[in-house]
Formats: sequence, C-alpha cells, structure tokens
Amino acid sequence: MADFISGFWNVYVMAIVALSILFCVFVLVSNMTKRESGPAQLHGHVWDETLAEYNNPLPRWWMYLFWITIGFAIVYLSIYPGFGTTNQERGARAQYEAEMKAANEKYGPIFAKYKDMDLAAVAADPEAKAMGQRMFLTYCAQCHGSAAQGAKGFPNLTDDEWQWGGEPATIKTTILGGRMGVMPPFGPALGGEGVKDVANYVRSLSGLAHDSLRAQRGADLFQQNCVACHGADAKGNVAMGAPNLANKAWLYGSSEATIIETITNGRNNQMPKFGEFLGEDKVHLLAAYVIGLNKK
Amino acid sequence: MAQSKHEKIESNVFLLIVLTLLTVSVGGLLEIVPLFFQHSTTSPIDNKGNPLQVKPYDPVRLVGRDIYVREGCYNCHSQMIRPFRAETERYGHFSVAGEYIYDHPFQWGSKRTGPDLARVGGRYSDEWHRVHLLNPRDVVPESNMPAFPWLNRPVKADDIQDRMRALNKVGLHKYSDDEIAAAPAAVAGKTELDAVVAYLQGLGLALQNVK
Repeated sequence: MADFISGFWNVYVMAIVALSILFCVFVLVSNMTKRESGPAQLHGHVWDETLAEYNNPLPRWWMYLFWITIGFAIVYLSIYPGFGTTNQERGARAQYEAEMKAANEKYGPIFAKYKDMDLAAVAADPEAKAMGQRMFLTYCAQCHGSAAQGAKGFPNLTDDEWQWGGEPATIKTTILGGRMGVMPPFGPALGGEGVKDVANYVRSLSGLAHDSLRAQRGADLFQQNCVACHGADAKGNVAMGAPNLANKAWLYGSSEATIIETITNGRNNQMPKFGEFLGEDKVHLLAAYVIGLNKK
Repeated sequence: MAQSKHEKIESNVFLLIVLTLLTVSVGGLLEIVPLFFQHSTTSPIDNKGNPLQVKPYDPVRLVGRDIYVREGCYNCHSQMIRPFRAETERYGHFSVAGEYIYDHPFQWGSKRTGPDLARVGGRYSDEWHRVHLLNPRDVVPESNMPAFPWLNRPVKADDIQDRMRALNKVGLHKYSDDEIAAAPAAVAGKTELDAVVAYLQGLGLALQNVK
C-alpha cells in the first residue's frame, strides 16, 4: 500500500525482497555439484569410528523444486502487489471491488425491477418472496425468529397485530428507519397495589381471568395514567407504538406477573434501522416479504 | 579434502547463530516491521482519507471488553470481516486496520461458530442483547450459543484504574489523569451485562453504514 509514512519503506521492502531472492539463487548456484564418475566420494568426517557419509549432490527433483519456488516468487510479484506499489489493480481491495461490481450488474436489475413495483404486487411475486425470505433469514430472524414467529419482546410478524401500523408503506418505514418503543415505568406513581389493580383491569380487557374488584379500581387508575398513549378504549396508538391492550396479542406476555413487571419497570426496546445498511432496494423486498407473511 | 563452506559455518557456533538469526529475521523484517510505519495501521484513517469514528474504550466498554475476553467469546466469534461479497453483504463493510488501533490485544479470533461481531454495534437492541446473553434460545430457538446467566451481577472493577494505566503503557491512546480518576464512578452500579452490551453496541460503528 502506498500509505507508508515515507517512501523509504517501499524501498526497504523491495530491497530485502530482491536481496532474499538473489541470495537464494546464490546459495543454489554455489552449492551445485556434479556427480563425478568413478566410486562415490566420501565426506571427510567420520563418526562412531566407521560411520561416514557419501558426498552426493542433492537429487535433481529437489533442486528443481528450489528453482520453481524462486520462479514462482518472481512471477507472483510481477502479477500481484508486493513489490513496491505495482499491480494494485489485482490487490485484495481491487478484487473485492470487481466482485461487488459484477454482483451489482447481475443482481442490480432484479432489485430495480421490484423497486418500481407496488409493495402488494411484490408480495405476490414468488421470486421476490424467495429473495425476501433469504434476506429475512440473514438480517431479521435473530429477533423475529426464522418463521417470523417473534419472541418475548420481539413482535410476531405473522399475526395481524401491528404495534406501529400494518399499512405496507408503514412497514417499509419501520424497516428503513427503525422504531424506538418506550413504555415509561409507572411503579413509583401507582405503587404496588395500584400496579396490581391496573394489571387486573388490563387482563379484564382481553377477557383473561382477573379480580373484578381490583379491575374496577384499576379502570380509574388506567383512565388517569394510561390513556394518553393507549387510548381511552385501550386500543393503542400506532403513531407512538402504544400497543392495543384489548386484544389477544401480548408482546411481553399476558400473565399477571409479567404485566405487573411491565407497568412497574416500563419497557424499552428498539427496532434497529436498516435503511442505510441494506439500502432501499433490499428493504423494499423485505417489506413485501413481511406483508406476504400476513396473507391469510 | 579442503574445508567446505558448510563445515566452516557448522563448526563455528557463533557464526552459525548469527547467520541463523539473520535468516529467520527476514520474514519479520519484511512483514512486521513496515507495519509500524503505515498510516492505515497506526491511525484511525480509512482508505478514502476520511477520519473514522474510532474511539478509545471508555471505562464501561473497557470492563465489557475484559468480560468478553474472560468468557472466551473470541473462541466462537471473530471480529474480522474479510473483503468478500459473501461477508460484506451479511456484516457490512470489510474490516480495516485503523479500526483496531485501540484494541490491546485485538479480538480478531480465528473461528466462527457464531457470527462475526466486528460490526454488531447497533444491529440489535440493548434489550435483545440482554435476553440473548442470559439465554440465547429465548430469542433464537435454533441457537447453540451457551447461556451466560451469571452476567447479571455487579461488575467487579476495583482495578479499573490499573487496567487503564496498563493500557497507557502499551496503547496509542493515553487516558488522562482526569479520565482515570473518573473511571470508578463510571462503572459503579453497572452489571456485567450492562458492560458487555455497551462493549458490543460500540463495535464497528466507524464503517457501519459505509458501502
């Protein structure tokens, strides 16, 4: 790379590389011997009284391997980067850019075709669905599950329940820009008993088992504390991501203990934004895939 | 028979040592020494000349990083995105040398049982990381990552100032006396989970959305 702090280091590398190769050549040439005719010569040294060593030249194939190695080094350095700043066009970065360019030429038109189509139309396209699923498994399955079934705190995308709105354009906006879901803690304001009352009221809204006396008291507390986000009818507000509390869908669970935990400590979770990372073309396909999941 | 060149070297221990050292040092002289004199390996600069948002670890992330090392996360997670499309499509921009200048030692790893984490910062919510670290199968049923339930305990970092002073000795970044003095207060009351999540959420932000 050309980002050495001074030109000296290029010269330094080139000099050592060249000297090393030349030295290898020198060692090979200076040690070349021919086998002489007649009885084999012995080295002068003797061990253990009688043990001597023939002074045979190195096998020819062995010498060839050395020469091939030197040849490879020279050919490699003349094709790939390594000797000064030459051949950068075949360096790792250039190869990566070529790979990306080829991929963009191949796949770009496919993404472009879908980008101009309506989301509902893309959702109905089997090829787009296959592409969307592959991307979903790569980028989304970690939170939403490989079958988009969700997990505690991470929404199920196959039901018809949308915390931030289920319109196709809204789903795309959610993926592009992410969402920040914040439920403030109400433990201090309501107190332990108050929280339990509200939890029972919330459970009563979904027809779950509850203490009706507590639910009655909870209804008043709900009207005082919760309606700003969840609405007077507890049907939620997609504009601020406040969930509908009067249906069967529960992001964190519907047990009394879980609801008490939610009200007491609040909840704080985030859908990361994918717009900049994936680009709009891919998000378009992902949004269509998610919409397609809801086709009953 | 005249004394051969081999014999001259092999029967003189000092000469043999000197020539051996010279020979084995060639690789290091060529491949290691020049790296100390490259911009891309010694400063937070990317190839297009834009400074990267690479920041030294604050005390909480430093503690998180030490826990990352303690738990052996590097055994299964690399932090090195190679310049191949198959990797950059999934993880983001390939890793560059300037991103690691505050890592002592770096956490490149050499094996991926789990995914690469070089750019995991911002990819998941804090809440996801907490749930996932305590029991990965709560969010990813197919996961074979071990659970780390004991992370939900206060950090034990009464030596945080010593750790920062040690990094001052080896690292490019020098923590100021004020930073070191403020460190214990910064980590006070944090759980190990908080620290690891803070560390993970800061990984790879510099080139997060660069194509």
